[in-house]
Amino acid sequence: MKTRIISAIAFFLLLLVAWEAASLLGWVNRILIPAPSDVLRYLYGAVLDGSLASAALVTVKRLLLGYLCGIVIGLPLGLVTARFKLFQDTIGLLALGLQTLPSVCWVPLAIIWFGQTESAMFFVVVMGTLWSVIIATETGVRTIPPIYARAARTMGSRGIHTWVHVMLPASLPFIVSGMKQGWAFAWRSLMAAEIYVTILTGFGLGHLLHYGRELNAMEQVIGVMFVIVVIGLLADKVLFSPWERFLHRRWGTQGSR
Amino acid sequence: MGIQQELENEAPSKLSVRNISKIFHSKHQIVRALDGVSLEINEGEFVCLVGPSGCGKSTLLNIIAGLDQADEGSVLSDGQRISGPGRDRMVMFQEHALFPWLDVLDNVMFGLRLKPNLKTNERREVAKYYLHLVGLDNFLHANIHELSGGMKQRVALARALAPNPKVLLMDEPFGALDALTREQLYRDIQRIWAQRKKTIVFVTHNVREAVCLGDRVVLFSPHPGRIRHEYPITLPRPRDINSVSLAEKSGEILQALKGYLNDGVVTAANSRTPFNTDGAAE
Ligand SMILES: Nc1ncnc2c1ncn2[C@@H]1O[C@H](COP(=O)(O)OP(=O)(O)O)[C@@H](O)[C@H]1O
Ligand SMILES: [Mg+2]
Repeated sequence: MKTRIISAIAFFLLLLVAWEAASLLGWVNRILIPAPSDVLRYLYGAVLDGSLASAALVTVKRLLLGYLCGIVIGLPLGLVTARFKLFQDTIGLLALGLQTLPSVCWVPLAIIWFGQTESAMFFVVVMGTLWSVIIATETGVRTIPPIYARAARTMGSRGIHTWVHVMLPASLPFIVSGMKQGWAFAWRSLMAAEIYVTILTGFGLGHLLHYGRELNAMEQVIGVMFVIVVIGLLADKVLFSPWERFLHRRWGTQGSR
Repeated sequence: MGIQQELENEAPSKLSVRNISKIFHSKHQIVRALDGVSLEINEGEFVCLVGPSGCGKSTLLNIIAGLDQADEGSVLSDGQRISGPGRDRMVMFQEHALFPWLDVLDNVMFGLRLKPNLKTNERREVAKYYLHLVGLDNFLHANIHELSGGMKQRVALARALAPNPKVLLMDEPFGALDALTREQLYRDIQRIWAQRKKTIVFVTHNVREAVCLGDRVVLFSPHPGRIRHEYPITLPRPRDINSVSLAEKSGEILQALKGYLNDGVVTAANSRTPFNTDGAAE
């Protein structure tokens, strides 16, 4: 374990040093590929003047709002899709089709429907989340061994109680992986939307990236990219790691798909 | 309701299986899983249903459990017609059917939580009592996937006993276990049956197991599923699966079983017992 951490740290340090050296020695064009120290200087400044924090806040707020709505709508839809033939042949089919659509593709539609508004952002994130949550929940419920529901029935569980206390937890491994996929889609589509859509109600990380390009400020572009990576990693740790640890503990390695 | 009262044994039920028939329509054929099966099971009796796979044992058990409906006939529990699952009849399946998202204690609590008139800490005490009964005091908070096959079935047994049913329905519960683990469980299930006084219907395809556990062994034959014969077992308890008298008795039943498996008609040459080919329906 320790040697693995050391080798990881060593790798990244080496990468940074080589990169910095290449810039200093003039092997690469410093305008196109700024040195790590330039990026760091930008990040330091952006943190101090608060532009980075406020942009990150705007982006994360949009993301969480749309993502939570996507889950709140997607979970029950997935459940009824698994349960009722009618929903399976309608919503289920729709979800199956739209899930294959790269979520970036929602951006043009969102702009036409909602214009340069917060609603357009919201719409894109919800679309990114919704379909994979529906599909994952449906798959989860479908793959539950029928014996769980039968066992619950002999113990007096019926209707809603069975859904809440048996079907839902039993499909948790699938639901968590669906939520994770939904998160990845939502995150990607929001970035695309922010880069393409300039709106005045909020200035997100995507916009920062966009203006970095407009200003030819490559250290800003790379600095913001770095922040986006960090937020992605943090979200994974905060949102999904606890669930995955729970799955791993309860189901063993088999369940933590 | 207090915990002492909750732990008191419910009086075991008398079961009457009356002329049950069940037909499954699969894609290519019609399967007569049960054909006019009748069986009386006394209060507190331990009855073993034996037969080759496919003769309708599980189907009958599920009908008694109320999980499946018969096409014809009815099952009465203490004179009451069974129309669905009920806490008075708990089931133990071959695949343990424990819930992996709950730990051992919460699995046993699942049925208890659905039982009214109990406080949460009383439910916990009841669950602990049954886990003690099956010898799992030290595994209250273990995860299901960490348990061995035998321990999983012990948890399943505790879970089935916890709501204090009048009838215990067991469908090949030890089928997937190794011989040593099974022997230990034979001893334990006999002890628990004596202590908790349940009516038990126990399905198995293992004749020795049936003779070891049952007051009566009911022999089924397939296509269509019917009762062929019943053997009262009067060997003294607790029984040891390896004892000579038990081996003799199961040899006798096994021979009859082989007889009708070979040609469907039992002749004097391959059976020492007179055979009731009309089934045991009275
Ligand atoms: N749900 C079902 N659909 C179709 N056929 C079934 C179903 N359940 C059981 N059967 C058939 O009914 C017969 C009896 O099955 P079962 O009661 O499981 O037998 P056993 O438990 O004695 O092995 C078998 O031939 C089986 O294939
Ligand atoms: Mg069976």
